[in-house]
Amino acid sequence: MAAESETPIGDWLVLVSENYSPLDFMLVADNFDRFLWGAVVTLELTFLSLLIGGVLSIPMALARAYRHPIWNGPVWCYTYFFRGTPLLVQTYLLYFGLGQFEAVRESFLWGPILSNAWWCALIAFTLNTAAYTTEFLRGAIVTTPFGEVEAAKASGMSPATMVRRIVLPSAFRRALPAYSNEVIFMLHGSVIASTITLQDIMGVGRWLNGRYYLAFEGFVTAMIMYMILVFAITRGFKLWETHWLGHLRARTETLAKPAVKAAALPGASDFR
Amino acid sequence: MNYKKIMFAAFAVMLAIGVGSANAGDKLRIGVEGAYPPFSWKEPDGTLKGFDIDIAMMLCAKMDVECELVEQDWDGIIPALLAKKYDAIVASMSITAERKKRVDFTNKYYNTPARFIAANGSGIEVSASGLAGKRVGVQRGTVHQCWVEKAYPDAELVLYGTQEDVFADLASGRIDAQISDSLQGLEGFLNTDAGNGYGFVGGDQDDLECMGEGAGVAVRKGSEDLVQAFNNAIQAIRADGSYEALSMKYFGTDIYGAGS
Repeated sequence: MAAESETPIGDWLVLVSENYSPLDFMLVADNFDRFLWGAVVTLELTFLSLLIGGVLSIPMALARAYRHPIWNGPVWCYTYFFRGTPLLVQTYLLYFGLGQFEAVRESFLWGPILSNAWWCALIAFTLNTAAYTTEFLRGAIVTTPFGEVEAAKASGMSPATMVRRIVLPSAFRRALPAYSNEVIFMLHGSVIASTITLQDIMGVGRWLNGRYYLAFEGFVTAMIMYMILVFAITRGFKLWETHWLGHLRARTETLAKPAVKAAALPGASDFR
Repeated sequence: MNYKKIMFAAFAVMLAIGVGSANAGDKLRIGVEGAYPPFSWKEPDGTLKGFDIDIAMMLCAKMDVECELVEQDWDGIIPALLAKKYDAIVASMSITAERKKRVDFTNKYYNTPARFIAANGSGIEVSASGLAGKRVGVQRGTVHQCWVEKAYPDAELVLYGTQEDVFADLASGRIDAQISDSLQGLEGFLNTDAGNGYGFVGGDQDDLECMGEGAGVAVRKGSEDLVQAFNNAIQAIRADGSYEALSMKYFGTDIYGAGS
């Protein structure tokens, strides 16, 4: 069942793992490559859905924030529906629900996309995250400081230029801390892929438990892998925030010193 | 303590069988699945029905203990037994060497072969090369998963939580074939509306290592008395004809298989 090993320490590990440890960790080690492939599926689904959902959410958030006469209503309905129902139900509807209909199975979408569990998961996750991102991006756009908008108008920007140069960059910065939560929720939500046959991290954990009739090993391994991913994501966002929101931090240096140094730099004369 | 309860139940069982007069004071909890027709399924009103359920009730009656059915998803059915959520599993569980590492089994209470099912005219050939690259659905944590991984390693294995989901995806065309118990496949799928246009492919799939020696009742390790009580009860319902009557009612044939 567990790995054959050549070193005494290895033998000892196998012995402890099989006989004394509450968890058979050698079994996990033997199947670790499966868990890594599972991590690939998890990361693919999470980040592709965040990317596509994020891009979709920008025009929808603008339509909501500026109360577009045609699109505001439909987008509101869309976000209301997808934020008001569980992701599991949405995924089941797409995967098991649509497959029940002859017309769907005959359609051109069935072969390449809807018959495939990976695509079903990606579509459900994308629609879900787009709905959440739309709403908090809308909130960030609405709270753009009026001074910034006024300044943009005063310098003669067209509405489109103003949105592109002033409103969206400013809204993204304000939405960034909230967005890190959405990314982590999406990563956690991606375990739903395992319920529609996909072998993501959770799917591999369930496979291991099912294959060897275990209760914990697969889930504990999955849990640790998710924790590592969440840790990496929070660190990533910390760095991103210092990069993007650096100008908002309280200043600790005096202004005079850098100004003196700047004068000595070559090229400083260009600003005379 | 739970352990004492079980010992008490087992003791009561022994008395009931040995002396034939005692009645049990405590309930024996039996884990069942409820998503594996015709062996077990759930009626719209929530009651459990099926061959496994009836067998469990008959065994309990023979042992003269009061039983309580506990529903449990398949892929957690052994862990839940070990966690003492119930004391025995009557859920068409095949007796295999791999499972014997975790639980003890009674003698078999039926043995039917496993077979593949695919769409009529799919041209699928049941062989290592014939199934290579084909999407084959199985229920996670079953003997069929073990068998496909062992005998058809080049097939693309697709794992499901319940057998009903396997049939749903076979009917919608997401998988090319599936393997399950032949009787279960016949009654649970082929003889239903959804199974129109599907049929068995290949012959009986048999393998002692993966498929085991038939379905038995699983109990926690060290429950020798309970095993003995179940074995006596299985023998008793075989001897008095009630087993055969039940089997005929469900399947029109005696599914006990060869041996005594």
